Amino acid sequence: MNKRVEKTTEWLDERLGIAKGGRSSLNKIFPDHWSFMLGEIALYSFIVLLFTGVFLTLFYVPSTQQIIYHGSYAPLRGQSMSEAYASTLHISFSVRAGLVMRQMHHWAANIFIAAIVVHLCRVFFTGSFRKPREINWIIGSILLILAIVNGFIGYSLPDDLISGTGIRIAFSIVESVPLVGSYLAFFLFGGNYPGNAIIPRFYTIHVLLVPALIVGLLAAHLGIMYHQKHTQYPAPKRTNKNVVGTVFWPTYALEAGGFFFITAAVIAALGGLVQINPIWLYGPYVPYKVSYAVQPDWYMGWLDGALRLMPSWEVVGFGHMIPNVFFPAVLLPGLTFTALSLWPFIEKKITKDDEVHNLCDRPRDNPWRTSLGVGILTFYIVLFFASSTDVLANTFNTSLNLVLWTFRVLLIALPPVAGYVTYMLTKETEVVEEAGSRRPPVVITRSLDGEYHSVPVAGDEAGGVVKEEFEPMEVPEEKEYESFMGGVASEHRDKDLVGVGESSSKGGGSAFHDEIGPSRSGGSGIFRVPRNLPGSGGLFGGRGSRRQRRRGGQDRQ
Amino acid sequence: MSDVQQARKDPNLDYSSMTGSRSMERFIGALFVISFLATIGLGVTFWLGGQPQVEGALLFVALVGIGVGIVAWGKYLTPHGPYVQERHDLRSSDLDREAFYKSLERGNKVLGRRSFLGKMLGVSLGAFAILQLFPFLRSLGPVPGKSLYLTDWKHGSQLTKVDGSPVLVSDLEVGGAMTVFPEGFIGNAVDQVILVRPGNYDIVTRPGRETWGPQGYLAFSKVCTHAGCPVGLYQELTQQLLCPCHQSLFDVLTGATPVFGPAPRPLPQLPIYVDAEGVIRSQSGFNEPIGPGFWERGNE
Repeated sequence: MNKRVEKTTEWLDERLGIAKGGRSSLNKIFPDHWSFMLGEIALYSFIVLLFTGVFLTLFYVPSTQQIIYHGSYAPLRGQSMSEAYASTLHISFSVRAGLVMRQMHHWAANIFIAAIVVHLCRVFFTGSFRKPREINWIIGSILLILAIVNGFIGYSLPDDLISGTGIRIAFSIVESVPLVGSYLAFFLFGGNYPGNAIIPRFYTIHVLLVPALIVGLLAAHLGIMYHQKHTQYPAPKRTNKNVVGTVFWPTYALEAGGFFFITAAVIAALGGLVQINPIWLYGPYVPYKVSYAVQPDWYMGWLDGALRLMPSWEVVGFGHMIPNVFFPAVLLPGLTFTALSLWPFIEKKITKDDEVHNLCDRPRDNPWRTSLGVGILTFYIVLFFASSTDVLANTFNTSLNLVLWTFRVLLIALPPVAGYVTYMLTKETEVVEEAGSRRPPVVITRSLDGEYHSVPVAGDEAGGVVKEEFEPMEVPEEKEYESFMGGVASEHRDKDLVGVGESSSKGGGSAFHDEIGPSRSGGSGIFRVPRNLPGSGGLFGGRGSRRQRRRGGQDRQ
Repeated sequence: MSDVQQARKDPNLDYSSMTGSRSMERFIGALFVISFLATIGLGVTFWLGGQPQVEGALLFVALVGIGVGIVAWGKYLTPHGPYVQERHDLRSSDLDREAFYKSLERGNKVLGRRSFLGKMLGVSLGAFAILQLFPFLRSLGPVPGKSLYLTDWKHGSQLTKVDGSPVLVSDLEVGGAMTVFPEGFIGNAVDQVILVRPGNYDIVTRPGRETWGPQGYLAFSKVCTHAGCPVGLYQELTQQLLCPCHQSLFDVLTGATPVFGPAPRPLPQLPIYVDAEGVIRSQSGFNEPIGPGFWERGNE
């Protein structure tokens, strides 16, 4: 070992005792699978958010003080606008690398939340939230909520026309909470809308409060994952009691560390080359102005869609009112996030499963959970697309009415359909224990009355289910096959004859001989059918072999 | 790696037999060089004044060179195992649990002897917390009081354009619309009113509002009753006002009643009159709260 490394280690170890714990950390095993990188993308884009965010705070002015713009963007010169908006223009046009940093920050936020959502889906569909990982699931759900909240607040900070309209809607949503809504809204905004407090307060929440919470919870999320060790997909030699994968030092550390740079690189490319949120085109926020196609960032789309699809109902009685927006914008997300964070316990209630699970489910092996998840996801995807009803109506030149009602119908009809189709697909691809095994040959007889009977072939050496797999199945020779198919099945059946076939179960081959029995019309005969003809599977064809191939394939993962 | 065993024979472990590792080394080295050059280029770009697209592209190359290089190093030039490590039970042994209960119990016993003190402490802490909450909440903003019911429109308020000039009865063409404010409150969010002149249509006046719209002029609060967006678009052909946020449509001829979308209530109408000089003024304020609903309303 290098002398200097040894010296440093010694110095630290005598003060902190790092060698003991450090050794096991360096030797830690991380299972390897592409789907385990989704959470990493979220983590890395959050780090990019921190870096670019700190840069932006150096130039952004969180104030709604109205000033006259004299900056470098000519089209808006001489206009009255808030300092927040003017400073965002300044960042975009006058600060060196300012626009790239701003756009990287915005892209990173979108990617951050997208990665969280996909990561969440991975954890849900593989059942990785089950005991002992319920706590981490709850922390993850809270992180998602915080990410969405902070995304929305950050999007509002430039105080441009579109985001300002979003703040106006946010006021109405807070105001709609029964009992305390108007108080909440007044306390948050420092008075009736618009007030002067919201931009500075949003700023404090955006750069201090929520990031601190996210950092804390993220540390807990990773710490618990580290302590409990990562889940892994089932494969030979992987059990509920071990971890199979690459070692942290040096392999995993290099791969994960390099992946951070790749994530940052993609965000940098987007930030530099793909325009996002060009606030100078929207203009400063003016309460009585509004622009066409007012749409929030993607992660708020489902809420916007819900607001649009909600019928114009309002509950009024006993001198009080539950406003329309309460249902789609308070109740729906409230229920969504409550059910989401409590899901491990809900599932446990249903399955009564209290075992420790360190092996992931394959989604197809749990048809019930997978189809439910797809159904629920479909619901939110429909809501997401419903947030562009006006754009769709314009693009396809149809009436808004038609688009709206289409979405209302889809919202109710599509989730069960998607769930049902998923259920059928998972059922079809599910691993079946005896898949691929041969069934014993039977003799089918027809009595004089035309009744069929099937009797297992006497003296079958295998004595029932043959367990060996993958024996190559001999394809019957063309001639024999033809004579079986054509000669017996169609020609003779027409004449109400029953053919007699023979199958040899030795060596897995099936041979058919066209020994036609002596029967005439009204007579009886026998006809041996080996049941495992190739291609006799269900919707997906040869069940056994496909299954088997897939199971064998797990070896490689 | 005493508790880590190799699960399968890994050819990568045997460095001497690794074929192509020289070319991989060269590839990774080239990536790092490219990254370095991109960083230099980035510095030059900044020095010359910066250009967003060039900055983004060079930043990408600089980062992706490092990233792909490191990943390739980890993927092709380090042992991959796979290795196996045992998982240890997360739960503690029964003995440890027993000891934990005992320690907890011991402490509880000591404290439990003075349960009265504990209760007093609880009361003090609780009271302190609640009291601290009060000034904090009260300083955040005023209580709503009546302010959600009020606007700055009063009897005789002069309708004023955004540029500050009064609205004369001759200002609006038939089929036109404009945003107006009470004099002195231009740009105030709650006061915005949309003044429309539908022209030769059958205006259905609701009972009690016969005098509210003189000479074909109608004035409605511009704040949507759904979520508070400005109801910004006036379609003369259909005589409808559209809110671009969630596509609520209000029928101007029947007193801005909602005909489509999520808006639950008509836009409140502002009663107006034309004074002797031909200036349009408001007869009074709105007779109901403007904008979206809230818990306290419902019995106005």
